[in-house]
Formats: sequence, structure tokens, C-alpha cells
Amino acid sequence: MKHDNDEKSNVASLGLWIYLMTDLVLFASLFATFIVLRQNTAGGPGGAEIFNMPYVLIETFALLFSSLMCGLALVTARFKRRTAMLTYLLLTILFGAIFLGMELAEFALMASEGHSWSESAFLSGYFTLVGTHGLHIAVGLLWASILFVRLLRRPLERNGLRKLGLFAIFWHFLEIVWIFIFSIVYLVGGTL
Amino acid sequence: MDLSWLFGRMSLEYLPHEPATLAAAIGMPLLALGAVGAITYFKKWRWLWKEWICSLDAKKIGIMYLFVALLMLLRGLADAAMLRAQTAVSVGDASGPFDVDTFQQVFTAHGTIMIFFVAMGAMFGLINVALPLMIGARDVAFPWLNSVSFWLFVVGMMLSNVSLIFGGFSNAGWLGYPPLSGLEYNPGPGIDYWIWSLQIAGIGSLISGINFFVTILKKRAPGMTLMKMPIFAWSVLVTTVLIMLAFPILTATLAMLSLDRTMDMHFFTSDGGGNPMMYVNLIWAWGHPEVYILVLPAFGIYSEIVATFARKALFGYKTMVAALVAIMFFSFVVWQHHFFTMGAGANVNAFFGIMTMVIAIPTGVKIFNWLFTMYRGRIKMTASMVWFMCFVFTFTLGGVTGVILAVPALDFQVHNSLFLVAHFHNVIIGGVVFGYIAALTYWWPKMFGFRLHEGLGKVSAYFWQVGFLLAFMPLYALGFMGAVRRLDHYTDPEWVPFFIVAGIGVVVIGMGAVALVLQIIYSIWKRKTLVDTTGDPWDGRTLEWSVPSPAPEYNFKTIPVVTHRDEWWHHKQSKTTQAEPALEDIHLPKPTSIGVIVAVGAGLAAFGIIWHMWWLAGLGTVIAIVSIIWRTMNDDTEFTITAAELRHETGAKS
Repeated sequence: MKHDNDEKSNVASLGLWIYLMTDLVLFASLFATFIVLRQNTAGGPGGAEIFNMPYVLIETFALLFSSLMCGLALVTARFKRRTAMLTYLLLTILFGAIFLGMELAEFALMASEGHSWSESAFLSGYFTLVGTHGLHIAVGLLWASILFVRLLRRPLERNGLRKLGLFAIFWHFLEIVWIFIFSIVYLVGGTL
Repeated sequence: MDLSWLFGRMSLEYLPHEPATLAAAIGMPLLALGAVGAITYFKKWRWLWKEWICSLDAKKIGIMYLFVALLMLLRGLADAAMLRAQTAVSVGDASGPFDVDTFQQVFTAHGTIMIFFVAMGAMFGLINVALPLMIGARDVAFPWLNSVSFWLFVVGMMLSNVSLIFGGFSNAGWLGYPPLSGLEYNPGPGIDYWIWSLQIAGIGSLISGINFFVTILKKRAPGMTLMKMPIFAWSVLVTTVLIMLAFPILTATLAMLSLDRTMDMHFFTSDGGGNPMMYVNLIWAWGHPEVYILVLPAFGIYSEIVATFARKALFGYKTMVAALVAIMFFSFVVWQHHFFTMGAGANVNAFFGIMTMVIAIPTGVKIFNWLFTMYRGRIKMTASMVWFMCFVFTFTLGGVTGVILAVPALDFQVHNSLFLVAHFHNVIIGGVVFGYIAALTYWWPKMFGFRLHEGLGKVSAYFWQVGFLLAFMPLYALGFMGAVRRLDHYTDPEWVPFFIVAGIGVVVIGMGAVALVLQIIYSIWKRKTLVDTTGDPWDGRTLEWSVPSPAPEYNFKTIPVVTHRDEWWHHKQSKTTQAEPALEDIHLPKPTSIGVIVAVGAGLAAFGIIWHMWWLAGLGTVIAIVSIIWRTMNDDTEFTITAAELRHETGAKS
């Protein structure tokens, strides 16, 4: 049975990797659309006008920190330090939630100033691309929370480690996508 | 009292009131009711639920895919007949049987259904049935996701058919170009039906793509290196790569179109800075690979069939693999040839034109490989082989007209004309449809334990072949004469004879479809005489023929060890008796209803969005998410067939 489980974990992790690659194509389509439409502000504001760069930088650090915590959770899990692992996982969720909260607050602020997604193609592209990443983060938070409850109720065994490893791949992937969003949407888009 | 929170934008005006759609809207539910009645009368609900709907057995899922695809083929053919009935009479002062809006909905439904619910469905059906057996696997990598994929496909299919009864379908063509498909010109639910029908089926296809890719990489029998795989497995591997790279683009594009329509965004609108050509680029970045997604598995099927019935190893195995991989690459650098008229400039058009012509080279390599496989073979002209012969003739013709269309200067003349319509039907009917029917005939015994009647199969093939020529050769001529596609009325009386011949062609193709259905019914009736007791009715070459027909739930009692390319053929030739390996316990996935529930949740959510019933959209999403979580919580997903039970079974049979 042990061999059977290794085999399954192998297949599952390849499946997840492949899924993430397809997700990357999804993001690539949204990036391409954003880049093509970025100057079509239709009389509305450009990025320079509405992006609050220090705020976005803090947001970015929240996500990077969450990713670091996730990595530490995995490392401590391998050393069978269950309490540390649970703490790090909780911190992962916490900083992820801070990131998502900041992003939603940013969206709400823009919308309240009259710059919603229906104002221009640029803003449609912005809200959709960043929002899709945010949706992924929300899914990740749900995943991590379920995982946390599961790990809290049982002793740390192979199966738990495997599931934590799968989540970690997903979480780091979202961090990488965010780096591209930060560079292309905020740094390049912010010069307009 | 305001009930719009409950019913969204539903109103009675969306019920059909035009004779043709009314007839269908009454007929379809009656048909469905009849089926429900029959199942109840024969007390088959429990059987249907347990053995089929909840099944995670790839072969059963495959059979269900094929069943749905066959039903949808009949629906799509009925649509085609309506279109050609209209064009045969709607000239000058005369008007056809359908009004403009109905006609537009019919051609949109014809295209959408034929591609998504016939061709894609049949493709996944055949892959599910044959692929795990061919690579010596017990199952696919993710059996439960396989069930989710299938039921998402069914839900997508149902959405596109429900639109007929309530709300109407899209009238913007099978690819729904904006701004016509945007809110400004199409505020009703038709486009939304189309979007969500494709979105849900498309996500199902994407999951299947990942599933079979991982299956091929991880589940092959020991000893089966990639270069020892049957060509069909290679074609599926390449197709799944295309699916994984292309379908996310479709998901994103449809999502953006939907956001334009429901959230008032400006991606593809003509105002607010939107750019409709961005949509056209994106949709073809998916759409062009999509046609290769459909045809590459058919190429794999032809390779198996021609090698089996020529009783020779496939000529040029390695070049076949190279050609598949080359096509995989090139299919992503030709999308712009679908709109040379966009105005991208001479150099861009030249690049895409040349790339398009280059694809003809690997495709030509394949054609010659098949011909050389037949050369000096001892050919058995079975029904599958007749379909193959029809394919070589028809597809080659379609390929030639494709190269003609690849010349940008010439394309400007025939862009959006019936010449184009004739071209892509030429390759899709000749390549995809013939291939999948050939495969249905070829693998039928493996699915059901008896062969299909050969004579009726050949009759069907000849009807399809002749009908195809009658239906589409006139369209080539009409295209040159200036007839554009999607034309519901014209004024030039000289076109009439051509359109009448095309109409007759559809009737002949229809007779081919009737012959196909008769073939299946007759074969089921005569299943005792057509029974396949050997498990190897065609003297096959690949592993699926090494197990009994129909294939047992666990596929292989013991996983075979592969040493050669055509392993089963080699095994039969060498006549060495190997010691039977010891039987071991087999673990198989337990049936589960969660796949259906997830798909139903997605369907409800889509229906809610289409009709702006936001509570339903929320409810459906919650159902889908909660059931997925429920499934991941469950670690007890397998059952075991013990070695003792296997021994007992063998003993009982011999």
C-alpha cells in the first residue's frame, strides 16, 4: 500500500503542475488583453492617476510573507514539528487574507471614486486580471483553511504532508503570477 | 408584486412562437418524457444510476460520451437540413420556411453543436474507451475528474438545447464575434446561453486534457516507452498538449465576453476603448488548435485501422510521431489566417500564409505513410477500412483547398464565402467524422462484445461520401460566384441549381446517418450472430485486443509487460508461452455521484447568470464548491477485487 500511495502522490503532483501550467495560459490571455488595451482609457484615468504604489508594495509584501510562511510550514512539517507547522500555516492564511483584504479595499476605493470596471477598456482589463488573481487567492485561502482544520484534527502523517505539499505548489505559483502583475500592471501600467 | 429577484429577466415572451422552433420545443420534451417513461416502465432507474451515472469506469464514461455525441449528430444534421432547405428556395421574391432570426440561430447551433458536442464528445468517448486499454493501464490518472468532465460536457450540451425551448440560442455564429455578440446588438439571453454552454463544456474538456496527459505519462504498462506506444496514444498525447495550451484561452475569452455582457465591461465593445479584433485574435488562438485537437486523434485512429487491416506494421512510425509533433507546434502559429482581411499588413499575412502552407507538409507525410502501409499489405476491406478510404480521398481534397485559402491574396476574394464553408466541411467531415465513425466500428466489439454489421456500415460510408460531394462541391463553385456564408436569402437565380444540389446532398448524408443508426440497431438485434468470443475480432496489433470483449471493469487481470511496438501482434507471432504472472489484488475507484452533482451545480449557476437570477447563480456555485470539498475530504474512494475473486472468475469461465 505504501508504494501505491507514493505512486498516487506522484500522479497528483504532476496533475497539479500541469493544471498550473494551463492556469498560466489563462493568465497569459488576460495579460495579453491588458497589454493591448492598456492605453484605451476612453477619457478615464490611466494607471499613474489611480495606482497607489506604496500601498501596492505593502500588499505585495503581505503576499510574499504569506508565501514564506507557507514554505516554512512545509519545512517544519518535514521535520515533524507539528505545532510549528500549524502556526506557520495559520500565518500563511492570515497574511494571504491581509493581501486579499487590501486588494478588495483598493478595488472599493477606485469604484467609489467613480473608476469602476465599466469606465474604460483599461480598467476592465485591470479589474479582470488582478481580480482573477484575487479569486485564485480566495480559493487558496479556502483550501488552506480546510487543510488547517484537517491537520489540526489528526497527527501528522504522510497523507497530510502530501496534501500540504500540493497546496504549497499552488500558493507559490500565485506568488509568481503576482510578481508579473506587479511588474506589468502596476510598474508598466502605472507609467501611463 | 416584483418577482424579478426570483425570476431575473425571465418572461413569457421568451417562449417560442415561431413554427419551427415551436415544433422542436414541443418535440424535444416529449422525446425526453418518453425516455423517462420507458426507464420507469422497465424499472431501470437504479441500474442507470448505479451502473452508468455514478460510474468512474473510463469505458462506461466513454460509451456515454459516444451516445450523447450520436444524439447530437442527429440534431446537428437536422439543423443542416433546415439551412439547406432555406437556401434551396429562398431566392428573389420567394421566401424560405424560416425567418432571419431563426435561420441565424440554426446555423449557430449547427456549428456549435457539431464541434463541441459531436466532435469533441466523440473524441473524448473514443479516448476513454480505447486509450487506457491501449497503453496497458487499469484506469485513467484521475477517475473522478473524468466523471466531472463528462457531466460538465452533458450540462453544456443541455444548456444549448434548453435555449431552444426557452429564450432562444445565439444568432452570432459558432464563434460569436463581437460587437454583434455584445450587449448593444444582442441584449437577450441567446448569446449568454452560447457562452455558458461552451464555457462549461470547455472546462470539462480542459480537465479531460490534463487527465489524459497525466494518464499517458504515468500509467503506461512497464516496458512501454513513449516510442513503443501505439500511434493513437501518441496522437492523444499531442492533442492533450494542444487542449492544455488552447482551452484556457477559450475560458478567458468567453469569460471576458461574458463580463462585457453582464458587468458592462469594455473588452470587446465598440465604445469605451474596447477592441473587437482582440476577441477575434484570442478566439482563433484557441480555435485553430481546436481543429487539430479534433483531427489528430482521428489521424491516430486511421493509423491503427490501416495497420490492422493491411496486416502490416505502420509505415514510418517515427515520421508519424514527428509529423504529429510538428503539427502541434505549427497549429499555434497560424491563427491569423482566419482573418487575413483584418489589415495586419502584407508581411504579417505572408508569415501566417507561409506557416499555414507548411502544415501541409507533415500532413502530407501522414497521408503517404498510410498509403505505404497499405502497399503490399493483405488488405481486408472491412467497414472501418472503407471509412478510411473515403477519408483519404476527401481529406486530401480538403487539404488542397486549404492550401489555396492559405494564399492571402486569394483569401481576400473568398473570405467568408461558401468556398470557406466547403473547405472546412471537407476536412472536418472527411477527417474527423469519417475517422470517428471508423473508430466506432473498430472498437465497438471491445465496448459491447459484438461486432457491428459490416454491410450496413459500408452502405453508410458510401452515402456519406456521395452526400458529402453533392452537398459541398456546389458550395466551392458558389463561393467563387460570390455567395457569402450564413446567407438566408439571395437574388441571383443562377445560384438556385447549385443550392438545390447541395440540398440533395444533405438528404443523402442524412440517409448515411440513418444507415448508421440502422446498423447499430440491427447489430444489437443480431448480437448473437455478431458476437466476438475471442476478444480479438480483427486480428489486432495493440493491447486492447489482448483482453476479452467487452473489456472487464479492471481492463487487465495482470498488467502486461511490453517489449515491442505492436506488443499484441508480436505476442501472437512469437507463440512463446510465458508463465502466467501471479494474480494480485486490484484496486478500482468506487462509483460516486459527486461528479454529477458538481456538474449540476455548475449548470444551475450558469442558468442563473444567463437569466440574471443571482440567487441561483450563487446557489449553484455553492453546490459545486461544497461537493468538491466533500470529495477531497473522502479518503475511502476505492474498492478491491481480490486475487481469489479473480481466480474464481477465471475458473468459472474456462
